[in-house]
Amino acid sequence: MSVFIDKDTKVIVQGITGGTAKFHTKQMLEYGTNIVAGVTPKKGGTEVEGVPVFNTVQEAVDATGANASVIYVPAPFAADAILEAVDAELDLAICITEHIPVMDMVKVKRYMEGKKTRLVGPNCPGVITPEESKIGIMPGYIHKKGHIGVVSRSGTLTYEAVHQLSEAGYGQSSAVGIGGDPVNGTDFIDVLSAFNEDPDTEAVIMIGEIGGTAEEEAAEWVKANMTKPVVGFIGGATAPPGKRMGHAGAIISGGKGTADEKIRVMNECGIKVADTPAVMGETMIKVLQENNLTEKCKTH
Amino acid sequence: MNIHEYQGKEILRQFGVNVPNGHVAYTVDEAVEAAEKLGSNVTVVKAQIHAGGRGKAGGVKIAKNAEEVRTYANEILGKTLVTHQTGPEGKEVKRLLIEEGCDIQKEYYVGIVLDRATSRVVMMASEEGGTEIEEVAAETPEKIFKEVIDPVVGLAGYQARRLAFNINIPDELIGQAVKFMTGLYNAFIEKDCSIAEINPLVTTGDGQVLALDSKLNFDDNALFRQKDIQELRDLDEEDEKEIEASKYDLSYISLDGNIGCMVNGAGLAMSTMDIIKHYGGEPANFLDVGGGATAEKVTEAFKIILSDSNVRGIFVNIFGGIMKCDVIAEGVIEATKQVGLDIPLVVRLEGTNVELGKQILDESGLNITSADSMADGAEKIVSMV
Repeated sequence: MSVFIDKDTKVIVQGITGGTAKFHTKQMLEYGTNIVAGVTPKKGGTEVEGVPVFNTVQEAVDATGANASVIYVPAPFAADAILEAVDAELDLAICITEHIPVMDMVKVKRYMEGKKTRLVGPNCPGVITPEESKIGIMPGYIHKKGHIGVVSRSGTLTYEAVHQLSEAGYGQSSAVGIGGDPVNGTDFIDVLSAFNEDPDTEAVIMIGEIGGTAEEEAAEWVKANMTKPVVGFIGGATAPPGKRMGHAGAIISGGKGTADEKIRVMNECGIKVADTPAVMGETMIKVLQENNLTEKCKTH
Repeated sequence: MNIHEYQGKEILRQFGVNVPNGHVAYTVDEAVEAAEKLGSNVTVVKAQIHAGGRGKAGGVKIAKNAEEVRTYANEILGKTLVTHQTGPEGKEVKRLLIEEGCDIQKEYYVGIVLDRATSRVVMMASEEGGTEIEEVAAETPEKIFKEVIDPVVGLAGYQARRLAFNINIPDELIGQAVKFMTGLYNAFIEKDCSIAEINPLVTTGDGQVLALDSKLNFDDNALFRQKDIQELRDLDEEDEKEIEASKYDLSYISLDGNIGCMVNGAGLAMSTMDIIKHYGGEPANFLDVGGGATAEKVTEAFKIILSDSNVRGIFVNIFGGIMKCDVIAEGVIEATKQVGLDIPLVVRLEGTNVELGKQILDESGLNITSADSMADGAEKIVSMV
């Protein structure tokens, strides 16, 4: 088991003929991801890495029975690509694209209300269920199959956490990048809730950063609902206020969204927060020991 | 992106938001000329910098005649204003807004922001105008009223009315206030603002609803479709290194320390600053080279880091996903060749094409200290500077 994706997930790559998408399509195919189609308007009938390309998402779905898509479409057109995936009633749309105008995402979120599709991202590394399916841009080889769930606002920090866990012998059930934008499809609580339900996940690491209050809300949810231990980390303790730290959502404004406040609330809600990003793995290992989960979670 | 008050007012005027008459002035003579053109009894001389708190810092003066306008313009132009938003070094005033004075009856606050929790735009209003809204939120939160706006419908008339009534706008001015709020919302949406704040909005003795100040910030990600807004950018208001970085699509922010950082990914870049601090060092910058960077981009990033004279060492921390480690390695080598490097350089590579990247660095013959992990790299660079 896992969350959101597994070996049976049939994936469309939207924007497959772009340079980045081509590179990652190849990487995903090599990992074993079941990529069944690509979509680029006016490139229908061609192939990329042996994958057939269609003009529209609906055509691709009709021809292949795909149930998920990954979006590499450039920012000015990315919101439209998400709408197209939602309209085709895919179960899952994962949007990698960075720099989508925030008002576009406000409209997308409104359009998605009551619709079937789950959106992950935008501005995220994607989702991976190790040794089954990798949908996104994360380096596959650092992941090992196992029982730790990973959820994060930052791509590279997710890799850092996964790498530390794998090196220490603890595999992951799934790793989900929810993205660094202020408006995103899937939030911490959605993913924590999925991990809570997943019989193969024994513990979760959640990685947040400055800006907004999503971590605080997630911490309160964990306190009230989570039956599995949660470890955390927050990036940006040294970030100056009022400056956007790379991610559109990573900004301390009006004294709100500081790392200190997030860490305080997380600690209060029983989430053990790692002091530095270098000890995210170690912190998880300690918590597993305290919960007698070491044996269950040590996978290799 | 930020713009000046006078530019914001110009935009608001286009959307039917009532603002006082005024003109921008770059010199004392232009200021006097502008005041004469206005011909009002009272003229306000306002410093134009990208920061709030100008009044308290002496950047806003009321003039009763042309001579006073000349005196104040002389005093404010070229002056460095230090406010709570400029930092201790302050900002030099290079432009003035010369504006018609008005008979203020009462000050209010109206602002529009994105509410991240609901993924909707929210209009906020308060009758505690003129003070920082954060202060009002902390001390008397019951005095701030909010309307969450459906992007399909836009700001509904009843919502604007409800806000106007809640903040006790006099009955006879409700219609004007609604028109004001609607115009402000339309400007926010059509121009892709990230913040639109009118503090204060005022009612006047002659029965007007006016924006006495205007703060508009814009979504950088939407500037590609807002060419007229891009033209309002004032490079004098921005950090030179940050301007240079933006030319190459690099996300760079200047800090006060002496360890330059080059990292991929915003989260890792922030955490790299954090871990340098944890080991007793001080980061000189935030720098995310982003995904899909070319060797040329990495070279430019390196040059920008080295252009900061405080930098005594550099820590390159890369975990490749989109970013391939060999590209970073080539960029680092190219940059050191172009600019020369006489300070310590610690490089930590992990992720896509890591072996190739390490090999390129090893074979370069350059004096590069390699690190096995983020902690190892941070400790090494801190011990070397």
